[in-house]
Amino acid sequence: MANYRLMVNGKEQVVESWDPNQPLLYVLRNQLGLHGAKFGCGLGQCGSCTVLIDGEAIFSCVYPVSAVVGKKITTLEGIGSAEKPHPVQAAFIAEQATQCGYCGSGMVMASVALLQEKPRPSNADVKSALAGNLCRCGSHDRVLRAVQLAAQGIPGKKGA
Amino acid sequence: MKISDVSLARREFLKGGALVIGFSLTGLPLALAQATDARTPHTLNLDEVDAFLAVRKDGSVIVYSGKVDLGTGHRIAMRQIVAEELSIDPARIDLIEGDTALTPNQGPTAGSTGVMRGGMQLRQAAATAREALLARAAAHLQTGASELIFSDGYVGTATARVAIAELVGDRAFGVRMNPKAPLKNPAQYSVVGRSLPRPDLPGKFTGRHTYVHDFTLPGMLHGRPLRPPAVAARLLEVDAASIAHLPGVQVVRIKDFLGVVASDEWAAVRAARELKARWSAGSGLIGHDNLALWARRGPFVKDEIVVSKGDTSDLANDPRQFAASYQWPIQSHASLGPSCAVADVRADSAMIWSASQATHRYQPAYAQMLGLPLEKVRLIYLDGSGCYGMNGHDDAAADAALLSKAVGKPVRVQWMRQDELGWDPKGPPQLLALRAALDAQGHIDAWEAEMWVPLATANLEHVPLLAPSDAGIAQPAGQMVGLVTQNADPPYRAARVKVTAHWLEPAPLRPSNIRAPGKVANCFAVEAFIDELAVAAKIDPLEFRRRDLTDPRGIEVLDRCAALIGWKPAEAMRRRTGAMARGRGIAYVHYKHNETYVAMAMDVEVVKKSGEIRVKRVACAHDCGLMINPGAVRNQVEGNILQALSRSLFEETTFDSQRVTSVDWGSYRILRFPEAPELLIDLIQRTGEPPLGAGEAASSPVAAALANAVYDAVGVRLRTAPFSAERVLAALRATA
Repeated sequence: MANYRLMVNGKEQVVESWDPNQPLLYVLRNQLGLHGAKFGCGLGQCGSCTVLIDGEAIFSCVYPVSAVVGKKITTLEGIGSAEKPHPVQAAFIAEQATQCGYCGSGMVMASVALLQEKPRPSNADVKSALAGNLCRCGSHDRVLRAVQLAAQGIPGKKGA
Repeated sequence: MKISDVSLARREFLKGGALVIGFSLTGLPLALAQATDARTPHTLNLDEVDAFLAVRKDGSVIVYSGKVDLGTGHRIAMRQIVAEELSIDPARIDLIEGDTALTPNQGPTAGSTGVMRGGMQLRQAAATAREALLARAAAHLQTGASELIFSDGYVGTATARVAIAELVGDRAFGVRMNPKAPLKNPAQYSVVGRSLPRPDLPGKFTGRHTYVHDFTLPGMLHGRPLRPPAVAARLLEVDAASIAHLPGVQVVRIKDFLGVVASDEWAAVRAARELKARWSAGSGLIGHDNLALWARRGPFVKDEIVVSKGDTSDLANDPRQFAASYQWPIQSHASLGPSCAVADVRADSAMIWSASQATHRYQPAYAQMLGLPLEKVRLIYLDGSGCYGMNGHDDAAADAALLSKAVGKPVRVQWMRQDELGWDPKGPPQLLALRAALDAQGHIDAWEAEMWVPLATANLEHVPLLAPSDAGIAQPAGQMVGLVTQNADPPYRAARVKVTAHWLEPAPLRPSNIRAPGKVANCFAVEAFIDELAVAAKIDPLEFRRRDLTDPRGIEVLDRCAALIGWKPAEAMRRRTGAMARGRGIAYVHYKHNETYVAMAMDVEVVKKSGEIRVKRVACAHDCGLMINPGAVRNQVEGNILQALSRSLFEETTFDSQRVTSVDWGSYRILRFPEAPELLIDLIQRTGEPPLGAGEAASSPVAAALANAVYDAVGVRLRTAPFSAERVLAALRATA
């Protein structure tokens, strides 16, 4: 059993794993109680488990825990709360941009990563950025609206 | 819909306002608290107001709903219904859903009946409560009941009032349901009809909502079932030593049921992957390519005349006859999160947390499986990943219960991706053969539809669960596919009609109900065939439908849909030259012939070189009667359109002689963001009419509108779903 020092949502956490290849998702959910990221496929095909590593959206269901040491991990819980939502979370809530919500965490995190990179994305940009995030309920249209709404509310980083 | 509350919230957002919604519910505290919060004994008798409603001392209200929120917005809609009748703030209502110990059995949350049936029962309970409260308030205030007004948790006059809570106290109502208790006049609605935001979304978008997948119990272990490599294979041998290198894993075998349990979830996942077991060959499947052959060959349980009007016996020899056959594949519910459940099975009782849409229905199956009396088995609904019919949730619950019983500890089971796509009970295959003859004016003179479908056993609404089947434990009998024969007769004027169902023995893969059961395929066949008839009669497809529709609500959705998309008679959209062809199609359904009205039109492009269909715009006019929450209805309509597009374009469960082969998102493809079209939706609010349901209807006309648009674009009829690029290309080459 090895220990790993992780930086999760701005806090240092020591987690343990008997297998260095254990995907980060299981550690987040079962050891740190962070349930935002969801298991969808374990294959990196659906995006429900999306979290940010050093600001970049990754699939935590296939990302080994041993590979995130020294990197900054951000989960849905780390960007805001119901009382103080991140602009992207607030936009998804305002647009009621989900049905079952199981894909929601991944959608929000992928959108946060997109808007950091491109504060004023076109609809085509959003569609392409979210192409790896599946939604089975068919909330695509309102997710697109939510991302655009968030973009209006987020001051452009790169002088946009 | 006028300016909605959602769009108000949106504007508030743009102004930088806060968006916190003041509901007291979050998943976990409720799940644990509800057992202590609810008064005991609490009646579950559907004839008693107390089965549905309780008023706390502080004036807040508990609503007990047997119907659950499957991501559909029931959680706000049910509150609005009760809040309206009792004139209280919906935020003062707590909702308990799908708990076999606390909520009345209102039937499964299926068939688009949540608000239509379940919500209307709640409304009648609230109206009955209101009637009783009026009488009590009149006595209390010594005034005439007609003088009294309900407002914000009080009943009274301008000068004197009494709190509802005081009239009920912490006691039960003790009032029988009055089906004639007067309802609030819709003209006075102030809560119903508003697009109030869903209370669960702030938690869901911030990672604080407890799905069943997130629910934990002290000492809980993680389990995984190992399904056989072939359908109906027998377990011959298990080599437990093959996972000796993994920490703390227990192997559980009960006849052909095999599972692993571990305190560490990743250890359970790896154990399920690495445990070596020897299985027999399977029972032998026909393979997905042979479904049409299988369907026509049988064996059949019986033939049933579903609709019969006039004598169609001469149609087969009628020289005016048109005929076409349509095929719908087996499809998975394809829930994004694999099914999950947590079970705590003790010697004398069991608790199961499940995302089932039918907790009451499957309670007897678990009781029988666990050898416990029915009342000792309690199921509590927690949100799951969207289901759209019976997916694997009930199986995961059976897996968890069997494993928990075996190891004597609470067990959480989450299926893996290949379990969900491979083993969820599937939407059944459907084959339809249609024949029709038109009269001299192009009206339908005779219509025959034959369908080949797996039988839903009458009064045995049960899908056999995998765990007890594998473990050799008896369970209730039955097979359920939903009401699959509806809407195979045209909604238009037709002189003579006959619809026959050839009922097949069980389907090649275990069937269950999937969204808009049967109607997606039936409406595809009927409305695509209508398009063929319209073209043959040289009548505009919109006009062909419109002129033979008598129901004004049906005509209105057609007209509104035509206006939305800018319908122009005859070929206005069509472009067949060049590499990209463009077309427009339309379809209509009166769901189950007595529920929601939907008209749908869409614009598509077909890439002629590849056969790829690109859906550009979808227009939908929708009349489901009274909309409790138009925003939630819109969400359902959007979901129906996009999911049915996914089913029409991409989805087919493939299988060979042994097993399902479409077991990941590569082999079972669903719609992705780049394929999402523009949506134009027109919802008709009818406050004076009963609500008719929005969960399914708009799924039905999608495939036909799409196929008709493709025909308009390239002149090729698609009669087998899904309309994959390969299939379209083959059809293009066949006609070239």
